[in-house]
Amino acid sequence: MDLNSFFLMRHEMILLGIILLLIVAEIIVADSKKSSIVNLALLLFGIHTLSGFFPLQESSLFGGMFRSNDLIHFFKSVLNLGVFILLLQAADWIKEKVVENDRSTEFFILLFASLLGMYFMISAGDFLMFYIGLELSTLPVAALAAFEIMQRKSSEAGIKLILSAALASGVSLFGISMLYATTGSIYFDQIVLGLTETNLSILGFVLFFTGLAFKISLVPFHFWTADVYEGAPISIASYLSVISKGAAVFILMILLFSVLKPLMHIWENLVYGIALATMFTGNLFALRQQNMKRFLAFSSIAQAGFILLGLITGTQLGTTTVVYFVLIYIFSNLAAFGVVQAISLKTGKENLSDYEGLYRTNPKLSLVMMLALFSLAGIPPVAGFFGKFFLFTAAASKGYYLLVFLAVVNVTISLYYYLLVIRAIFLRKGTDPIPFFKNKLYMRLGLIITVLGILILGLYSPLYDYIYQLSAAFK
Amino acid sequence: MIPGVSIHEILVLSSILFFIGVYGFITRKNLISILISVELILNSTVINFVVINKYLFPDILEGMIYGIFIIAVAAAETALAVAIIINLYRKTSSVDIKETETMKY
Repeated sequence: MDLNSFFLMRHEMILLGIILLLIVAEIIVADSKKSSIVNLALLLFGIHTLSGFFPLQESSLFGGMFRSNDLIHFFKSVLNLGVFILLLQAADWIKEKVVENDRSTEFFILLFASLLGMYFMISAGDFLMFYIGLELSTLPVAALAAFEIMQRKSSEAGIKLILSAALASGVSLFGISMLYATTGSIYFDQIVLGLTETNLSILGFVLFFTGLAFKISLVPFHFWTADVYEGAPISIASYLSVISKGAAVFILMILLFSVLKPLMHIWENLVYGIALATMFTGNLFALRQQNMKRFLAFSSIAQAGFILLGLITGTQLGTTTVVYFVLIYIFSNLAAFGVVQAISLKTGKENLSDYEGLYRTNPKLSLVMMLALFSLAGIPPVAGFFGKFFLFTAAASKGYYLLVFLAVVNVTISLYYYLLVIRAIFLRKGTDPIPFFKNKLYMRLGLIITVLGILILGLYSPLYDYIYQLSAAFK
Repeated sequence: MIPGVSIHEILVLSSILFFIGVYGFITRKNLISILISVELILNSTVINFVVINKYLFPDILEGMIYGIFIIAVAAAETALAVAIIINLYRKTSSVDIKETETMKY
C-alpha cells in the first residue's frame, strides 16, 4: 500500500479537511464577523461537491475494510449534492437564529461529521467499519436534533432519537455477533462464502436488520420518526428524511444483494411483509396529520415502503431503480422541506391550516410546493413518476404482481393527502393567509436547484442508463 | 478459555442479559434507567463477541477488536444521551419519561 492508494478515500479526506479548517476558522474569526463562517462553509462544501464528480478508481484499502467502486463513488456524490442543497436552504436560518448564539460552526461540524460517517458506512467492507460508520452518522444527528437548547421539544426529539438509535444498534450488534458465530469472520467477502441457511444465521440476520430498518424508519421501528421530525430544527428533519435515509437504503441494498445473498429466500419474505406494513402505516397515518413536519415524516415513511419494492428483487435492475429513486426522492423531499422551512423562518407557522390561500400571496413558493408534492405522489410529467414506475417495473419483473397492485393502491391513498395540501394552498381562501415575503439568495438558489432536478431528472434518460452501467457490480 | 465452563453457559448468560436490557428499555419510567438498560444490551453483545472469538475462532482476534470498539462507541453514546437528558432536566426539573410526551401520534 502506497501513498497513492490513500486517494481512494478522497471524499473522506477532503471532508475531514473541511471540518478541521472550520475549527481553525472558529478560533481565528472575530466574534463580530461570525456570519462569514456560514459563507466559508458553503464555499468549501460547494468545492467538495464539485470535486466529488471527478472519477475514482475501483479498489479497496486496509485489507478490505474500506472499498470503493463506481456506484459507491457516484452515490457519495449524490449525497454531497443533497447536503449542499440542504445547506443552501438552511443558510438563512443559521444566519438569523444560530449565529447570534455563536453556535454556527458547531452546526456545520456536527453535520459534516455525520456525513463522514455515512461515507464510511456505504464504503464499508466489513461489519466493524459498517458499525462505526453507522454510529458516527447517527450520534451527531442526535446532538443536532437537540440543537435548539432553549426549546423543550428539541430536547425531547434528541432524547427520542438517541435512545431508539442506541436500542436499534444494540439489537443489530447482537445479530452481527450471531452472523460472526456462524461464519467465523466479520469481513463481507468471507461471510458470503460461509453463510448458509441455519437457524442461527437466520436469527442473526433478522436481528441485524433492525439496525438499518430503524435508520430507514421501516414500520415496526418508525415510532421515533414523526416526533423527531416535529421537534428537531427543520433542516435536521430534512437531513434525516433525505440524506440519512438514502445512505441507509444504499448500504442495506449492498448487504442484501451481495453479502446476505445466500439467505435470499428468507429476506424476500421479510422485505415483502415489511414493505406492505410500511406503505399502509405511513399512508394511513399521514392522512390525519395537521402539522406539516409530521405530515412529511409519515410521507417519508411511506416512500421508504416503496423503495423496498426495488430492494426485494436482488437484480441489477433493482439496484438501478433504487439508486435512481433515491436520487429523485432527494430532490423532491428537499423541495418540500425547503418550502416548509422558508415559511417557518418568516412566520413561524407550520400547520396545514396556515397554508390556506398561500397561492394568492406567494405564487412562486406555491408552485415549488406543488411540483414537490406531485413528484412525491408520482404524477407523470415530473420525475417522481418515473422513479416509482421503474421501481414497480423491477418488482413486477420478478413476479410480485400482488405486491405491485397493493403498492398502486397505496399510491392512490397518498395522492389523496398530497392533494389535501395542494387544495389548501390553491383553492382555499383562508381567513389569515401568510403575507407576501421574498426569500434571500441562498434559499432561492436551493429551491431553484431542486425544481430543476424535479423537472429534468425524470426526462433525462442517459442518467438512468449511466446508473444501470454502474450497478453491474451488484447483481 | 475458562476450564469447566462451556460456550453454552456463557451464551445463555449473555442472552439473559440482552433480554433483561430489552425488558428494561420497554418498562422503565426513568430516562437514566432506560440508558442503563441500553448499556446492558450493548455489554451482552460484547460478551457474545469475545466468547465466540475465544471458543470458536481463536486464531484471529476479530471479535475481541470488535468488542473494544463497541465499548468505546457505547461510552460516546452514553455521554451524548446524558448531555441531552441534562438539557431536558433544565427545562422540566425531572428525568421522568412522562416529560417526553408532548409530541404524540
